[in-house]
Amino acid sequence: MDKTQNNKAWFLVLPVLLLVAFSAVIPLMTVVNYSVQDTFGKNVFYWVGLEWFEEMLTSSRLHDALGRQVIFSAIILAIEVPLGIFVALNMPKKGFWASFCLVLMALPLLIPFNVVGTIWQIFGRVDIGLLGHALAALGLDYNYTNDAVDAWATVIVMDVWHWTSLVALLAYAGLQSIPEAFYQAAKIDQASRWSVFRYIELPKMSGVLLIAILLRFMDSFMIYTEPFVVTGGGPGNATTFLSIDLVKMAIGQFDLGPAAAFSLIYFLVVLLISWVFYTVMTNLDKQEGF
Amino acid sequence: MAWMAWTAPTAIFFVTIACLLALFTVLAIRFPETPRVGVLRIETTRGDRLFITLLGSAFICLGWLALFGAPVWGALIACLIYAAAVFRWV
Repeated sequence: MDKTQNNKAWFLVLPVLLLVAFSAVIPLMTVVNYSVQDTFGKNVFYWVGLEWFEEMLTSSRLHDALGRQVIFSAIILAIEVPLGIFVALNMPKKGFWASFCLVLMALPLLIPFNVVGTIWQIFGRVDIGLLGHALAALGLDYNYTNDAVDAWATVIVMDVWHWTSLVALLAYAGLQSIPEAFYQAAKIDQASRWSVFRYIELPKMSGVLLIAILLRFMDSFMIYTEPFVVTGGGPGNATTFLSIDLVKMAIGQFDLGPAAAFSLIYFLVVLLISWVFYTVMTNLDKQEGF
Repeated sequence: MAWMAWTAPTAIFFVTIACLLALFTVLAIRFPETPRVGVLRIETTRGDRLFITLLGSAFICLGWLALFGAPVWGALIACLIYAAAVFRWV
């Protein structure tokens, strides 16, 4: 069958292209330019070649921050994805309580990042915070300001509190799209609850779950505001994730060259992982024939 | 444009990328192709293969810098071999 090609529609993309060029491409090009130069201010630059990249690639500072970041994202995904699915499976399917749960689940998502950080910063304090005070009353030696494990636990629980709803809502949308006939067929076959989950619900949710995993991975990999407000990257460097370290280097120390090289390596890692997720997602869609 | 702190090598780098994108756009218009499945078992077009080449080349250069340091001429040769392999088999 001959299909008419009308490439004029591509002109409709032009405004977006200009916007992205202005807000992303040109700043990124500037970062590339910074990454091969050194500056002492006043917009005067000196060529250093690939020195900053060499320094960053062998820097224990970047390796440590990257290690912390990978561990943080892995823990976040390991908790939020199963928990989100569990919540979605237990949410009411219709009626008043379904709407009520949806609104309740959406609430944490509406709170700005710095407000979430402030809430948990106060909530966890031993002197005035409910959580810190309650844990102290139970005899637990909890203090996120001087104990690395406590700081990690606080940041992880805060992220789980803030973002599990997103996974739950996406999983819920996936569950709602499963036709009743599938469940009826499973009932006729006397399938167990686990079999229904494993062979009906999970495959039908896989598309939205991949989106949820991608979103949660990207967000947790780029996390900045919440841990910065709660722990400031401390105690020591215990919760200094990639973004926090990058901002310290670029704005705190004004080391624009190394920070530019650092951010480009960071960008490439994010780009690679996003591409892998995108490829898996599109191939999964093709296999399922959506 | 002075605020962007341009240098000749970075300008050449971006002009090369822009030329590659323009070339592949022209190729896509003049010689449309159907996606094919290669060794990665995913459907790829010429544009996808260019993206895989550029992204992979960036990591080859970073790996070279981490292992052997500058200059990166060896990495550039490795990137060209990698690009040929991607366009042939991916």
